[in-house]
Amino acid sequence: MTRRICLSLIVGLSIVAATATAQEARPLAEDPAIEQRMIKLSEDLRCLVCQNESLAGSQSGLAEDLRREIREQMKAGQNDREIVDYLVDRYGDFVLYRPPLKPTTWLLWFGPFIMLLGAVTGLVFYLRRRNRRVPEAGLSDAERHRIEALLNQDQDRS
Amino acid sequence: MTPNNRRKLLFLIPLAVFLLLVGFFLRGLNLNPREVPSPLVGKPAPAFALPVLADVDQKFTPEEMKGQVWMLNVWASWCVSCRQEHPLLMDLAHSNKIAIYGLNYKDRLQDARMHLQRHGDPFVLTAVDADGRVGIDYGVYGTPETYVIDREGVIRYKQIGPLTPDKLEQTILPLIRELQG
Repeated sequence: MTRRICLSLIVGLSIVAATATAQEARPLAEDPAIEQRMIKLSEDLRCLVCQNESLAGSQSGLAEDLRREIREQMKAGQNDREIVDYLVDRYGDFVLYRPPLKPTTWLLWFGPFIMLLGAVTGLVFYLRRRNRRVPEAGLSDAERHRIEALLNQDQDRS
Repeated sequence: MTPNNRRKLLFLIPLAVFLLLVGFFLRGLNLNPREVPSPLVGKPAPAFALPVLADVDQKFTPEEMKGQVWMLNVWASWCVSCRQEHPLLMDLAHSNKIAIYGLNYKDRLQDARMHLQRHGDPFVLTAVDADGRVGIDYGVYGTPETYVIDREGVIRYKQIGPLTPDKLEQTILPLIRELQG
């Protein structure tokens, strides 16, 4: 009997201990709403250590620290705009995967459209000029005679 | 201009576009993608109060440095390129041209102390940023990083990655002389 009590005590205690450590291990993910908001926001942010990865996906130490920072600021009631500004103040526009629209990025944002416009204008000019030239490209009398001669030759043979 | 000449000029447009692109690529491909211009240059150095490596009961704040031109070097014992620039920092410290302060970034106290014992200590003192929070305020993303801070406490220069003799001679020391002058 005492053995059974001892055993159940040990089992019971180890379960309590296991749940206690389990809770200790994940203090940061306690709020799924914030976690989701943090991941959504950090997907649009660049990890500066591994520059091809987003802050959401990177395993680098700095990315982890920054995710922690974002989480804490969200808990403190900061909105997304304020958090992004906080990061831009420290790391510059480079943290943004979506660069802001300002004079230094005009070429980046509008360059492709300017090139498209240029290409379309060039195409229109080219087509117009070609249209004008098509009527000129008729056959001369000598050429027409030669064609007829060749066609007749063909008919004779068959 | 005859129409014929004008047509010949049209053929030069693709060449011009091509040369423009080559120009962009020449510039872009020669830039180091790890060197991101810091928005902190020209702004006051963020405040902090951190324990000092040699005696963690003491605190260091950048406020104490007002009125002096100084250098803040972010380092860690685990950072390989920090070792690379270490002799340069030692030389600079011995030359007494500028006071160098260290910021030990995300390191263990024991490891950091051992590192300075083994390789020499170029720093007036080193502040301990164990969890990297001050590092975030300074926009640190790749150790080593070095900041030059003027008498008013404004960051005037940031070096990302190890210092090199060229960079030091051509950019940093002239800047320091100018700030001290």
